[in-house]
Amino acid sequence: MHRARLASFGGWLVTLPLTLLGLLLVTFLIGRVIPIDPVIAIVGDRAPADVYERVRLELGLDRPLYEQFFRYCSAILSGNFGRSVMTSRPVLEDISRFFPATLELATIATILGVAAGVPTGVLAAVRQGSKIDQVIRFLTLIGHSVPIFVLGLVGLLVFYAKLQLVPGPGRINVAFDDIVTPVTGMLLIDSAMQGEWEVFRDAVGHILLPAGVLAYFSLAYIARMTRAFMLEQLRQEYITTARVKGMSEMRVVWRHAFGNIAVPLVTVIALSYAGLLEGAVLTETIFSWPGLGQYLTVSLLNADMNAVLGATLVVGTVYLGLNLACDLIYRLVDPRTR
Amino acid sequence: MSRTAALRDWLVADTPASRRQARLGRVYLQWLTFRRNWLAVAGLAVSLLLTIVAIAAPLLATHDPAVQNLDIRLRPPDAAHWFGTDELGRDIYSRIVYGTRITLGMVVAVVILVAPFGLVVGCAAGYIGGWFDRIVMRITDIFMAFPRLILALAFVAALGPGIENGVIAIALTAWPAYARLSRAETLAIRGSDFIAAARLQGASTARLIFGHVAPLCLSSVIVRVTLDMSGIILTAAGLGFLGLGATPPSPEWGAMISTGRRFILEQWWVATMPGIAIFVASLGFNLLGDGLRDVLDPKQT
Repeated sequence: MHRARLASFGGWLVTLPLTLLGLLLVTFLIGRVIPIDPVIAIVGDRAPADVYERVRLELGLDRPLYEQFFRYCSAILSGNFGRSVMTSRPVLEDISRFFPATLELATIATILGVAAGVPTGVLAAVRQGSKIDQVIRFLTLIGHSVPIFVLGLVGLLVFYAKLQLVPGPGRINVAFDDIVTPVTGMLLIDSAMQGEWEVFRDAVGHILLPAGVLAYFSLAYIARMTRAFMLEQLRQEYITTARVKGMSEMRVVWRHAFGNIAVPLVTVIALSYAGLLEGAVLTETIFSWPGLGQYLTVSLLNADMNAVLGATLVVGTVYLGLNLACDLIYRLVDPRTR
Repeated sequence: MSRTAALRDWLVADTPASRRQARLGRVYLQWLTFRRNWLAVAGLAVSLLLTIVAIAAPLLATHDPAVQNLDIRLRPPDAAHWFGTDELGRDIYSRIVYGTRITLGMVVAVVILVAPFGLVVGCAAGYIGGWFDRIVMRITDIFMAFPRLILALAFVAALGPGIENGVIAIALTAWPAYARLSRAETLAIRGSDFIAAARLQGASTARLIFGHVAPLCLSSVIVRVTLDMSGIILTAAGLGFLGLGATPPSPEWGAMISTGRRFILEQWWVATMPGIAIFVASLGFNLLGDGLRDVLDPKQT
């Protein structure tokens, strides 16, 4: 039994580096096929021929492709993602500055999504076929169909412009800029730790709408999966047995059925968390949220390839890491996979 | 006995006389199941409607989608302009009607590129197995390690914006799911007796894959395609919205929202109308896909 578990970890140890290498290969190849000449991007198109040639040699562009790929890998692995043309800072420094804002947004959204999605899914399963089940199913279906940027725009229109319940786009009011020194980079944590409650309140106000919009999408997914998992359990005979024994419905549903779906549910939640990284690209554009998604799109529009590929690589790695974490949790907690 | 009743009896006959009768009978029974789900029927209606709108766009549009008229810019919806006008005085309703062509065109192009390729690669990987299977699965792992939109963004950054490049980028991110699905189905079929029988009769590997395995994977691929269509629509619209798919003069829905976004607080209709169009199209395909899954792939529900 123990050996089988070790073997599955062993499998991961082989496939994970291979997949990471593949990620590097994809970003490397994307960087190679771009129509923009990387030399011209640095020296400009009026540079004399000898300068052009010197930079070309410095970048190693005269070398064979496999050697360039090897150089690229060793540079990335030593933390050198190149320099952003737009901000003229190292890309990794940029990313570490922008990523916490995305992480903060995605975390709050996931918390909201789980808090609302899990009970909703359970309720829909318990009342299968009823009016409330149909309403819940329809709401989750909308979550799979509405474009996230449309929901964001409508949210701004209704809650900011018409009802004035929330502040406008951005992460914080300009008046509060630079009051809190960034430690974790997550404004809510930093301001709370430094006792700046006014800043904290303002930050909460700003995060509410973008996180709410993202949360709706994770809610839709989580509720749908919770419902499906619960229906599968509630059909089982041990549930009938528990009911026949006179156990309260509350206990049957939450302790017995729900207890058995907890493990797959963790996987679903982790996947939806990873999915929010994607949603963040569009949400951050709508809400002018200074996160990785906005960094990615702004770099894209400025043809800043180092930044684009760096951000893509980071997102891919995080995504992969979350998937791996899910898989490990699954194997550790669910005795059937041992 | 009326003719429809006779036809019905012929379709549901217990002992079909021909292969065609059996096949049509099964489709008829599946249709009966499908029809009971009114949401799925609504989805089918929306999908058909979109197709008709795309084909008959010149007949349905009330104005030329490209003609600008700055005298009537940003007019709210009225009798002449059903969905209002945009910042250049173009009729939003007509632009949405023509936009259907772009959106459905992109969806169809992606599906044609992706579904057959994924199906064949997946079936081959599942049937042949061994190192071929391992390599294909590693490659799908790599592609699936990126969130879809982000990988598409990176590809578009390399290829340059535009509808064709958007299609290529989405196709590159979409095929692994089909390969995975077909492989899983193939693994379940591979050990069947009828495959062994065909092999003993001397059928080649290619014949087994194309003639026996792939057709059986088809129904789950179809379900997946229908469910995927809304994802493709949303990704295409997202690319257009970010200015990386179809670019502004073209009436692509995402690009229309992107320009309408500037007027969202005063002239809500400019961005909201194409937003509703995306939502309806995507919802329609989702409903249709859910319904088809119940009929074609009962073990998944």
